Amino acid sequence: MALAAAESRTAYKLDQSWLVRLFDNKTFLICICLFPAAALLIVFLSYPLGLGIWLAFTDTRIGRSGYFIGFENFVSLWHDKVFITSVWNTLLYTSVATVGKFALGLWLALLLNNNLPFKSLLRALILVPWIVPTVLSAIAFWWIYDPQFSIISYVLVDVLGWRDTYIDFLGQPWPARWSLIAANIWRGIPFVAISLLAGLQTISPSLYEAAMLDGANAWQRFKHVTLPMLMPILAVVLTFSVLFTFTDFQLVYAITRGGPVNATHLMATLAFQRGIPGGQLGEGAAIAVAMIPFLVMATLFSYFGLARRKWQQGEDND
Amino acid sequence: MASVQIADVRKAYGSTQVIHGVDIDINDGEFVILVGPSGCGKSTLLRMIAGLENISGGEIRIGPKVVNDVPPKERDIAMVFQNYALYPHMTVADNMAFSMKLRKAPKSEIDERVSKAAQILGLNNLLERYPRQLSGGQRQRVAMGRAIVRDPQVFLFDEPLSNLDAKLRVQMRTEIKELHQRLKTTTVYVTHDQIEAMTMADKIVVMHDGIVEQMGAPLELYDRPNNLFVAGFIGSPAMNMLKGKITAAGFAAENPKGGAGLVWPIGKLPADSDGKAAIYGIRPEHVRLDPEGIKAEVVVIEPTGSETQVVVRCGGQDLTCVFRERITALPGETIGISPDTGVTHLFDAATGKRL
Repeated sequence: MALAAAESRTAYKLDQSWLVRLFDNKTFLICICLFPAAALLIVFLSYPLGLGIWLAFTDTRIGRSGYFIGFENFVSLWHDKVFITSVWNTLLYTSVATVGKFALGLWLALLLNNNLPFKSLLRALILVPWIVPTVLSAIAFWWIYDPQFSIISYVLVDVLGWRDTYIDFLGQPWPARWSLIAANIWRGIPFVAISLLAGLQTISPSLYEAAMLDGANAWQRFKHVTLPMLMPILAVVLTFSVLFTFTDFQLVYAITRGGPVNATHLMATLAFQRGIPGGQLGEGAAIAVAMIPFLVMATLFSYFGLARRKWQQGEDND
Repeated sequence: MASVQIADVRKAYGSTQVIHGVDIDINDGEFVILVGPSGCGKSTLLRMIAGLENISGGEIRIGPKVVNDVPPKERDIAMVFQNYALYPHMTVADNMAFSMKLRKAPKSEIDERVSKAAQILGLNNLLERYPRQLSGGQRQRVAMGRAIVRDPQVFLFDEPLSNLDAKLRVQMRTEIKELHQRLKTTTVYVTHDQIEAMTMADKIVVMHDGIVEQMGAPLELYDRPNNLFVAGFIGSPAMNMLKGKITAAGFAAENPKGGAGLVWPIGKLPADSDGKAAIYGIRPEHVRLDPEGIKAEVVVIEPTGSETQVVVRCGGQDLTCVFRERITALPGETIGISPDTGVTHLFDAATGKRL
């Protein structure tokens, strides 16, 4: 019986075309699937980056293709006071603004994590500075910092009477720098606050209850539960925030254009200023390339600083 | 150690009342289990004892002190959570030492207590591990270790075994009971599993819809359930309940299929009950095989090895029976059964109360 049944089966031969067999080839399939993504990366990422680096080693100007001049652009930048100022400005801008964004953002996230009335509405409102186009908010800040029509000056002088003169926000180097930092903090808070809020919500409430029963007060619960549990996401957000702030262009260019007298130029704005309106494409590219070491350092920091801590690892990594 | 008194405690969320005046006295050193189906308010009650929920009405005392307005950290209690709530960024040793570090206890004392607790629970080799590197049962033990180190007045357990697999659950059940016999700390334990309650408790509190249905020693609840809910909740497989009438000849069960009902023997007829509508309860394990008894058709046979669960149909009703003997009958065949008359239960059909 069993034998007869086996004999009566017909084995159909697979008769597939070469195309079908080609698509069954794993190597071919991998290549063909990777192609679109790889092409996009090469055309829109690698090529511009490579071109920028190449331009930094030439004396190209707008309307004139340049020649390879080695490190000449970088040497001249080394002695360029405006460039050096822009480096210091960028470092100051990044560090102060990042600290400010994180202090206020964390505070805001902790507030929003509580049970507040209109919680979802508040959370949505927090995002407003982030969804408004930067140039639009920059123009708003331009008005806020206007020497004649500034609302801050108006409140301080005419309403409260704390000052006698209007503040010259953008006319002096230091006030201009702090004004820009304040604008950047305002714009950066939502990103930090919402990211950290997401992190806070992953912390199990029973951990707080356990800590409460263990005798921890509010500060101790923050220090021993919230902060360590938030550390991984804090580090990621910190890295992103540093990268965004370091490469910031829009706010500064829209509010001060690097003025007064080049005092508020960041590396990004200076690169643009020299390269496009100034026509010195090679020099502009060199300034932009000079940002790369800083950005690489920030990335390395994130790579090593963010390495999974021991407590995050599973049993297989013991 | 301390006693816990719960007097007329109520809990309301807005206008919805979830606990309607509960009174429980827990003696010093007693192991009390709050048991009930989900949503009965047992966990809420436990969290009120812990201070994690406000008390809407009534009074809770730990020892002589009313703790209604005492913050959790001053109640001197330790709690084991269902998800263990171990601090993931601390080692096992740090997890256990955390409460003492917060109280700034001297390091030597912390080390001593932690190592003692670790010894009791067999955690000595795991002290430097992180919670993520532990199995479920080990995490459970660390959570208990954290409670033991505190040496609190009262232990609170909130469904501590429900995240473990069945075999480990049985093992941990024994361990917790042994731990309690050793430490003799007053314990309040919440579970929805009546077997856990039966095996571990000195006293079981059966809760349902925010009230206490019955309170007493495990076997007392098993032998004399006060009402239909407790009768159905305690015991596994659940008690068989038949609708019908009490007559002088015995209990006349209704036949849902419309035919003639069976008459079941009653051990002791309650006074003034002739003709009264009632519910007849008989536990599966209190049915005997008896060739002379009631003829019943076998529907399903489930051998477990140590015993045989059989669902039979007689008088139009399905009945679950548990026999120690092995049954050779096949589904569709007829066997004879008879109930142990001494251990049958009668409940008022209208009120559900025991007759």
